[in-house]
Amino acid sequence: MALNEDVGRAVQGARPTLANSFGTPVLTVEAASVAAVLGFLRDDPGQAYDMLVDITAVDRLATEGGIDVVYNICSLTSGRRLTVKTRLTGQDPALPTITGLWKAAGWAEREVYDMFGVRFDGHPDLRRILMYEGFEGSPLLKSYPVDKRQPLVAERDPIADPWPSKDGL
Amino acid sequence: MSGLPEPTGEVMELQMGPSHPAAHGTIKFNLTLDGETIMACDTEVGYLHRGFEKMCEQGTWAQCIPYCDRLNYASPLINDFIFAEAVERMLGIEVPERCSYIRVLLSEVSRVTDHLTCLGMAATELGAVTVGFYLNEARELLYNLVNQVTGARVTVSYGRIGGLAADLPEGFAGTVAGVLAKVRSLVGNSERLLERNRIFLDRMAGIGIISAADAVSYGLTGPLLRATGIKRDLRKDEPYMGYDRFDFKVPVGTKGDNYDRFAVRVEEIGESLGLIEQAAAGMPPGPVSIADPKVTLPDKAEVHGSIEGLMSHFKLVIEGTRVPAGEIYFAGEAANGELGFYLVSDGSGRPYRVHVRPPCFYGMAALEEMVKGHMVSDLVAVFGMVNMIGGECDR
Repeated sequence: MALNEDVGRAVQGARPTLANSFGTPVLTVEAASVAAVLGFLRDDPGQAYDMLVDITAVDRLATEGGIDVVYNICSLTSGRRLTVKTRLTGQDPALPTITGLWKAAGWAEREVYDMFGVRFDGHPDLRRILMYEGFEGSPLLKSYPVDKRQPLVAERDPIADPWPSKDGL
Repeated sequence: MSGLPEPTGEVMELQMGPSHPAAHGTIKFNLTLDGETIMACDTEVGYLHRGFEKMCEQGTWAQCIPYCDRLNYASPLINDFIFAEAVERMLGIEVPERCSYIRVLLSEVSRVTDHLTCLGMAATELGAVTVGFYLNEARELLYNLVNQVTGARVTVSYGRIGGLAADLPEGFAGTVAGVLAKVRSLVGNSERLLERNRIFLDRMAGIGIISAADAVSYGLTGPLLRATGIKRDLRKDEPYMGYDRFDFKVPVGTKGDNYDRFAVRVEEIGESLGLIEQAAAGMPPGPVSIADPKVTLPDKAEVHGSIEGLMSHFKLVIEGTRVPAGEIYFAGEAANGELGFYLVSDGSGRPYRVHVRPPCFYGMAALEEMVKGHMVSDLVAVFGMVNMIGGECDR
């Protein structure tokens, strides 16, 4: 039986669609149901995806009007892999946390929050992880310029004030 | 925090790092201590963040390779090859057999250098400086091998989408045999210095235990997962790069403590040396790259001698290899565990998104679980066995 039908029957309103990209099955679901879908995939004996491998996101705001959050999961017993995707639209992108399902989600969700500004509601400790406190913006959004300077780093004209500066500082 | 004793005295906060002599790498631990016992450990990573993923989006697919070198810099070739393999799967191409053999051979050389770095550093931090020197010597011998093939010890830029930058040098198999004998002897001596060493065992056995269930929940892979007794190795479970042609064992531990992580790595060094010998012995002749003008650069003689060669070179360098639109998650077994690349292409010559799943990031997330209830000095030993590589963890 097809995976999307199983998921559709188990989780109301998930509206799952199944695609295949270069051999990896990709299941796309509604954002509100993503935690329930992942819980089903972990706990259902027929699925048994017991490991959360990775969470990341793809900024498609400019082309398709949303941010895709991508969960890669795998089953150590059957060896299967699955990519679960959901699209977030709107001003304040947020998803329910899945830290209750896998402990790995703790840091993985912090990274997505840090890099894309996606909030995970119910996360016990949602802070930046790779960037520092006080960093402004979400660096992996396409709208973030690659050469942007952060306000904490003082601007310096390298011609007028070559480093090390003349007075030895 | 079950199983921890009630605080006996004043609770102290200690910030260890970000530049601490006993932590090889830039990392900060915010410790909550009761005496010398760790009650909580908030690990701060990210000090080595260079924007790997953002930078990869700026250039062509081929230009990601030098960045990949700088992920896990103790085993850069493994990163190169896994990235190249991921892009090759999107392109639907298969590399020549000789290329697969060389990739396996050099991946295993890198796996050994990575384990030697981890074990040598960890031993040094526990006071076994002799072992540190022995293992560094062995690592240097292997780096020299890498240097002969790629022209660099660490920043190799040797993997290519569709093949390799160059073939092996003349007489390489003979050099390998000589180096492996020396490495075996150095690793053997180090093992004998440690395996019944009372101080070493006290610091390793029963310290930093994590259960198999917790290890799976934390997404641990590689030696950290295998130390808990779960036999998972992507080289066996999801064979890629032709690993199914070779004969090797997957060592596992039983307790999931520091000693098991150490022992699994020592055993893996032996298995990897065996794999290097098998690959060197079975090395087939032939080209090391596919000859597709849309993927691999043409010979220099053709670039300078024919208009087709020049055009193809120009198009590849300026526009890059066109990768079909779509997404892929491809993972391979790096020295630290599952190194995965999640790649998104919009059909152009430049990646739309490159995401790397670094194995030691999840190991560091589980560190608090491993050190709770232990002494501050045990943190050094556990951290050594998690083997955080800043370039990979922080990207």
